[in-house]
Order: sequence, then C-alpha cells, then structure tokens
Amino acid sequence: MSTKGKVVGIISNLVTVAVDGPVMQNEICYIIMSDVKLMAEIIRIGENNAYIQVFESTRGLKIGTEVEFTGHMLEATLGPGILSKNFDGLQHDLDKMGGTFLQKGDYTPALENDKLWEFKPLAKPGDEVVPGSWLGEVKENWMPHKIMVPFSFTGTFTVKEVSTDGEYKINDTIAVIADEEGNEINVSMVQKWPVKIPIKAYKEKPRPFDFMETGIRVIDSLNPIVEGGTGFIPGPFGTGKTVLQHALSKQAEADMIIVAACGERANEVVEIFAEFPELDDPRTGRKLMERTTIIANTSNMPVAAREASVYTAMTIAEYYRSMGLKVLLLADSTSRWAQALREMSNRMEELPGPDAFPMDLPAIISNFYARAGYVHLSNDETGSVTFIGTVSPAGGNLKEPVTEATKKAARCFYALSQNRADSKRYPAIEAVDSYSKYIEYPEFIEFMKKNVSADWVDNILLAKNVLIRGREAYEQINILGDDGVPIDYHQILWKSEVIDFVILQQDAFDKVDASTPIKRQRYMMNKVLDVYKTEFKFDSFEEVNPYYKKIINVFKQMNYSEFHSDKFKKFEDELQEVIKERAVLEN
Amino acid sequence: METTAFQKIHTKIDQITKATCSLRATGVGNEEMATVDNRLAQVVKIQGDLVTLQIFSGTEGIPTNAEVVFLGHAPRLAVSEELSGRFFNAYGQPIDGGPEIDGDLVEIGGPSVNPVRRKQPSELIATGIAGIDLNNTLVTGQKIPFFADPDQPFNEVMAMVALRAKADKIILGGMGITNDDYLFFKNTFENAGAIDRIISFVNTTEDPPVERLLVPDMALTAAEYFAEKNQNVLVLLTDMTLFADALSIVSNRMDQIPSKDSMPGSLYSDLAKLYEKAVQFPDGGSITIIAVTTLSGGDITHAIPDNTGYITEGQLFLRKDTDIGKVVIDPFRSLSRLKQLVIGKKTREDHPQVMNTAIRLYADAANAKTKIENGFDLTDYDKRTIEFAKEYSEKLLAIDINIEIDTMIDTGWTLFNKYFSDAETGIKSELIEKYGKRKSE
Ligand SMILES: Nc1ncnc2c1ncn2[C@@H]1O[C@H](COP(=O)(O)OP(=O)(O)O)[C@@H](O)[C@H]1O
Ligand SMILES: [Mg+2]
Repeated sequence: MSTKGKVVGIISNLVTVAVDGPVMQNEICYIIMSDVKLMAEIIRIGENNAYIQVFESTRGLKIGTEVEFTGHMLEATLGPGILSKNFDGLQHDLDKMGGTFLQKGDYTPALENDKLWEFKPLAKPGDEVVPGSWLGEVKENWMPHKIMVPFSFTGTFTVKEVSTDGEYKINDTIAVIADEEGNEINVSMVQKWPVKIPIKAYKEKPRPFDFMETGIRVIDSLNPIVEGGTGFIPGPFGTGKTVLQHALSKQAEADMIIVAACGERANEVVEIFAEFPELDDPRTGRKLMERTTIIANTSNMPVAAREASVYTAMTIAEYYRSMGLKVLLLADSTSRWAQALREMSNRMEELPGPDAFPMDLPAIISNFYARAGYVHLSNDETGSVTFIGTVSPAGGNLKEPVTEATKKAARCFYALSQNRADSKRYPAIEAVDSYSKYIEYPEFIEFMKKNVSADWVDNILLAKNVLIRGREAYEQINILGDDGVPIDYHQILWKSEVIDFVILQQDAFDKVDASTPIKRQRYMMNKVLDVYKTEFKFDSFEEVNPYYKKIINVFKQMNYSEFHSDKFKKFEDELQEVIKERAVLEN
Repeated sequence: METTAFQKIHTKIDQITKATCSLRATGVGNEEMATVDNRLAQVVKIQGDLVTLQIFSGTEGIPTNAEVVFLGHAPRLAVSEELSGRFFNAYGQPIDGGPEIDGDLVEIGGPSVNPVRRKQPSELIATGIAGIDLNNTLVTGQKIPFFADPDQPFNEVMAMVALRAKADKIILGGMGITNDDYLFFKNTFENAGAIDRIISFVNTTEDPPVERLLVPDMALTAAEYFAEKNQNVLVLLTDMTLFADALSIVSNRMDQIPSKDSMPGSLYSDLAKLYEKAVQFPDGGSITIIAVTTLSGGDITHAIPDNTGYITEGQLFLRKDTDIGKVVIDPFRSLSRLKQLVIGKKTREDHPQVMNTAIRLYADAANAKTKIENGFDLTDYDKRTIEFAKEYSEKLLAIDINIEIDTMIDTGWTLFNKYFSDAETGIKSELIEKYGKRKSE
C-alpha cells in the first residue's frame, strides 16, 4: 500500500505533510483537493513530516487535505512521439490541454497510446543485450527511433522473441528478453526514467573532439564547440542571448534539437511555434520542427516546475543520445532555474550562500553540465549531447554566483557585451574575452586538420591576437589623440575592425548572412587574414579610416551575397581592386 | 462587510507584527481573504491551526480581541461592461461615488495563457511619437516599460501614448501615484472624451503602500475580461518601482532573506507573472502593457529595472536632451524587441534601414562630442554629424512630435540628404532610388 499523508502547513508553494508511512527524497505526490489533484515533489524529510514543493499555485488549499505518494521520483516518459512536441516542464503535452488558460492539475500524457508506429526488428532471438541495447526501430518523422532495453534494468539479458515488421502501439510488447535466471520480461516501446538521475547506458565517455558546425562565425571561426561539448552564454538583458540560441537551434549541425525555455518570455516560444513548422532544415530539407522538441516552462508558469524543466529536457536528450544521435540541448535561461532553487531554499529557511542562493548551487550546476558529453554505446556506435545554456547575470555583473559557478562547469564561454550590443555589433559576443577550451585539445586540433583545414586553430589564435592588438591601439588613440600615435596604430586598429565587421558581426535576420557554412567561413577567414598580412601605404592617418571603411563595405556586400554567385564574384573583384590601390607589393 | 450566517467570527488574536496577525482557526484556505477589525487581510501562511494574515493597511491599533472574519475566497473583482468609465481602489471598490459593479466575481491573479494558445503579436501601435514609432515600434500584445528618473514627465507621455493608441479599453493601474497625478490622468482622459473607455484602479501616496500589491492584478483581471471579448486593451502600470518596494516591505516584515538591493528573491517571478499577462489572442483580443519603472540616478543595474528588463519586451528611456532642451526617447538605450515583427512589413520597406542609419549617424555625433570634450580637433564629417544630431533630436526624437510613420521616414531621408553623401549613409542603392532621391536644387 502506498503512503498517504495530510497537509499540516502551507507557505506559498511549500507545503508540510504529516505522513503515515515511508517516503523517499524527491518522491512525487499528489494533493487531493476537492476538484483537482496537485502534483508535488518531496524536497526535504523531517520527523514524520515531508516538505513538498507544489508544481502549482496552492491557492485555496486547506489544512487536513489528503496527500497520496506515488513511490517514484519525477519521471520522463520515453518512447516514440517525443519529437516535434511542445511539453511543459513536467513533460505534459501543452497541445492536448483544453482551453486558452493553463488549468491547475490538467496533466496531459506525454505520448499517444493509440498511435501506430511502423516497427522494424534489429535484434534477433539469442542475442545478448544490456540496458540501452537496440531491439528494434520505428520511424519517428524521418529519424530511426531505436527501441531499447529499458535503462532501469540491470545485468545481461538474452533475447527470446522480437516482433516482426509491422505496426504497433507504444504499450504493445515488441520483445521478450530473459535475465540470467531465465525469467522472461516483456519489453514495450515506452519506458520511464527519473529525470534527476543521469542515464548511463553507455560504455564510455571519452573527451569530445568532433567539431560541431553552427554557421555562426564568431563561434565556429573563433570559439568552436564540439559535439558533446558544453558552453554558456552570459549577458545582460537585450544583448542577444535568445537571438543567439534561436540561431543555434535553427542552424546547428545536429540530429535533434531540444529547446528548454526555462523561465523566460512566452512570446519567444511562440516565435518558435510560428517559425519552425515553416522553416527548412538545410541539411535534410525537412521542416525544422521535425527535429525539434520544445520544453516550455515560461516565466509565468509555476516556479517549481522550472527547475524540473531542465532535467526533463536533459533526460530526453540522453534518451536520444542512446540511439546514436547527435543531440543539441539549449536552455534559456539557467539563471531562472537557479532562482527557482533560491526561492525554495529561502522558504525552507536554509542557510543562504552568496546572494541568498543555496550553498550547493555550484555543485548542482556542475552535475548538470556533466550530463552532456560524447559517448560510445554498447554496440560501439556513438552519440552525443551538446549543452549550451544562457545565464542572465543580475545587473550584468559576471561576478555573481550563477555565472561564476557555470564558468567552472562549462568548457566554452560566450560572453555577450553590453557595449557591443549598444553599438549594434551583433552577435554581441566579446570574441577576445570569450573562449573555447576545446581548441587546446590535441584530439580536436587533429580533427580540424584532417577534416576542415590544416591551419584552422592557428588562424583562430592569429585572429584573436589581431583583435587584442586592435583593442590596445584603440585605447592608445583615445588617450593620445588621432595624430598623437604613429599611423601603424591606426592600421592595426582598422585591421582588427575588418575582422570584427566581416567575421564577428553577422546579421541574424538576413537570409544569406544568418548562417555561414564552414567552407565559406574558411574562405572568408583567409581573405580577411590576407588583408591583415598585406602592407598598405598611407601618407596621413586621415586616409586610414575611409580606406578601411571601403574595404569593410565591400566585404560586407560579399557576406550578403550567395557564396560564389556572380554578385559575390563581382564584389570579390572589387575588393581586389580596392586592395591594389594601396597595397605595397612585395617582390 | 459581506458577512454571512455561515462565517465563523474569531475574536482572539495570538500574535501581531507590523504587517501580520496570527490566530487559531480551522478550515481556512491559503490566500483566502479576511477582515480584521474591518480591515482587509489575506492568508499568507498556515501552520496547523495557526493562521497568519497579512493586513494590507497595516496593524496599527489592532487589538488582540479584534473581530476576524474569513471571507472564503481569494481577492476578486466583479467584472462586466459596467467597469467602463469607473474608478476603483486597490480592492476593486468604487471611489467615484458610483454604484457597485453588477457582474461575475472573478478571482484576481488567475491562471496563465497556455503558450501554444498564444498568437505571435503583429499589429502595430501608432503613437505619433517618432522615438517610438520609428525607432522602437510597439506592437499589440507587447509589454514594455518607460525607464525614467522621477523628475521626467513619464505619466504625461504615457497618457498621450494611451490616447493615441486607438485601444478599445485603457486600464490604469496607479501605484503610489500622487493625488495630483491621479487627477491629471482623470482630467486628461475626460478632456479627450475618452472617459468611457477608461477603467482605473488607483492607490495613491495617501493609501497604505501594501495595498498596491493588489493593483496590477486587479487591472489585469479587468483587462482579461475585455480581451477575451476580442477587444484590444491597453494596461498602464505606474509606478512599478513603488510596487516592487511594497513587495520588499512585505518580505522584510515576514523575515524573508533579501537578495540584491533588499528585494525578495522571488522578485523576477513576481514581476513576470504580471507582465506575462500581456498577450495576443488568436481571435483578435489583446492585452498590451505599458509600465513605468522609475530609476534612481539612471541606475539600471538596480534589481528592479534589471529584473524588469529581463522580463519585458524592451524598454523606452526618457532623457533630457541638452542640445534642444527637450525630453527625448534615447535611441541608444531604448529597445522594442517586437519591432522586427512589423517594421518594413506593416510599414514602408525602407523603414529599418532609415531607422538604423539615423541611429548610427547619431552615434557618430556622440563620438564627435567626446572628441570635443577631450580637446581633439573635429573633421568636417564630425561637424556635419553634430549638426545632423541636433536636427534629428528636434524633428524626430523629441516626445512632442506627432506625425505619421511615413512622414518620419521621409524626414529621415531629408536629413540624410541635407548633411551626408549617399556613400556616407551607406543605404542600399535600390532604396535610395525609390524613396530617397535628392531633389535637384
Ligand atoms: N544577431 C543579431 N542580429 C540583429 N539583431 C540582434 C541580434 N541579436 C540581438 N539582436 C537585437 O537585440 C534584441 C534583444 O536580443 P535578445 O536575444 O532577445 O536578448 P537577451 O535574450 O539577451 O535579452 C533583439 O530583439 C534584436 O533586436
Ligand atoms: Mg532572452
């Protein structure tokens, strides 16, 4: 018999429950109000009392109300039908809910029990399998969705039976497997997994090294991320975090995208709802929505479910990774999740850490980032979860706890700068202060040499160096005046401006410029570095600025033209002409 | 008050603090309303049979034997067409001498719209002010605050915007506004003949500060009533900084741990719950929120404007321009995040380029001015940008402008042609051909 309890205390959404039996930390329970059941999670256990955070408003709740415990933690439902869905933070299907407004306790199922899926067996009787082994697959949109031995099983099993080709529902048995003692177990196409626990159904997790193309130049060409890598984007409001994440979700080279809208604006999710079913995925020609799942727990939705939403999203990501897919998980914004933790911790009167956040915030953040990664599966296939989160630092100050804790956990740092945003230099990533730790990995350098270009990483270092020297020159000119410095200072400043305007800046709202394939990035980087390496002749500093503006303008026209189109070539020729005007030719 | 036969009356209070009182009672619901000595109060905490009530007007003079009556419901508002043209206090009680509203009683602070049931905003709101329409175009369903120092005329600008916005209803939520400001709004709306489209919920400086916590939810509940009837509703919230101050008073009195700037840790969620009521419904109704967040010394890193900026869809900065001696909408720090949805689509195709070019040239003027300050010489281009900036401020940025959007764009072209060559503006040649041809002199 499951444990029951009665409400004995209420402070906002923190409710104290006197229990009549055993309960476990993070167990899910339901408060049985007269007209509705409210879902909640145990967050602390005391003498005969469970402290629960309710995923809903507790308005009208009374002392003495009955509570039912479920015996399990918050679980994700994993099976075909997750792709293209819009879920709330607890994986309820938002489209299935009735009415315009979110009603308390309207808990819709994540998947469809009656839908038929075209099944194809992959395993055969006699095969040895372990949790995560592929038993068969169904086509989900265009993706082969593997049906696996449930992750919650332990040990080795022998396949007894696998269903033949045909149409099945998710709860149908599609395989029978036997454990070491010979006990037979039916396996269906759906399984459950507690979201707070990482899915570890893989053989090993090596260091990631495989470049992940994003089409965003300041990332790929200066701070590249890898498949299975981690990154974060801190920035004050209005500096472009969300626009950047949306660009990543549209362009990144991944099989599946999970967007966790965590405590941010509803209209930004609506934008995805409106656009993604219309936009094409350039890699497959399919609609973007076909490879996307959205977890929407916007700022006006229950605060406690905000924290759950990122875990739900990560669990779904790990599930698809186990199918050998490249998954990109984006969360906007992880600060909102940290704030949700802070609200609960304060209500429980825990000893506060810096800025009243819970003491264990850094550990929580680093454990979460650690769930990303590139893995070798039991059948030697590979899969990955790449995670990029945004951080919304209070007052724009990067010394606040969430930014500091995340900096320790994530390997790529994409700092958005207020100054760049103010001067409309988008994306406002401060290229010099930002970094990718992956460019120090020998595996990655090797990979880029083999697959992209021999001097990719060297060019990154060179370009960054020019940007740093440009910044120094700018400071000198500001102190000493235009005519107080040698002409060379103006040149180095403007050479760095060429990199800034041509490589770093990219118009997310222009059809052509929004996404730059890696070949084109390489081409443009070489062109820009050629300009850097060219010596130009000037008689006075006043000639420097208009001349480089001309170069930048032609380059920008190239950026706005289709690669290698007639228009592109015309501007390219024009660029050569402009360069010739002042280039000092070497013999 | 609305006492009925079933309601049990309590007369023994165990504990009284500055903002709350606690007593033994059973069968009480969380967030339920009550009266304590005829003052309105709300349940904020229940521990066993010990119920803690927050008394909105404060606990001064409350005796331990005060009469406590539980009302059996959360705060609510009577909604019907009769709301139009009326003035209410923070509890939704008439303050204009008129009768009580005959309508459905709706709990305030109700559920949120399911995000999949929202429509992407797409209807432009024309205000005649170029600093808004040209540079920071507003859209129905948007939420945006004015960031302004207390000495700026934000209430006047807001009233003007409201009247020009062609909304079906304008709902004013006044929090801690002075009685003079309240009368200003009333007179302005009356003189414009708009009073029957206006609904006001007002807490003035003469009223207890904690009462203002109810004002935005009252205003937004009324807004939802009309928006669900497919009307375009504009909600004005002034001053949200005073609302947030009231939040901090309460959390402080309840001994909660403050986070940055002594604001409660839940400030973001508390504000988001209100601002996210802005919505475009698929059937045509909408709620647009224009708010005021007063700054202290222009500091936007303070927790109140900072959290607001993270929630709203942009912000409009008011600033006094010393060149022309007028208040302008600062083109650098202002932003409308939804302008992309309409500019160049619902407005002329040259709108985005003209807007961006003008702002870029205005930025060049700012750099030129820094050069002067640092004692460096100006180039000819620098001098032209400074001339341009002055005329741009006067003809487009000042808040006393009232012109059509096409006229704003044309004015932009006129200024470009007066001060710059085509190469210096760098606008696409097709657009220059079509809209920006120089008149032969
Ligand atoms: N790459 C970009 N290209 C053009 N405009 C941009 C870009 N990034 C941001 N913006 C502008 O900045 C605004 C705010 O960006 P957003 O991503 O919403 O900021 P944040 O999420 O950091 O608050 C956008 O509405 C847009 O006007
Ligand atoms: Mg954002």
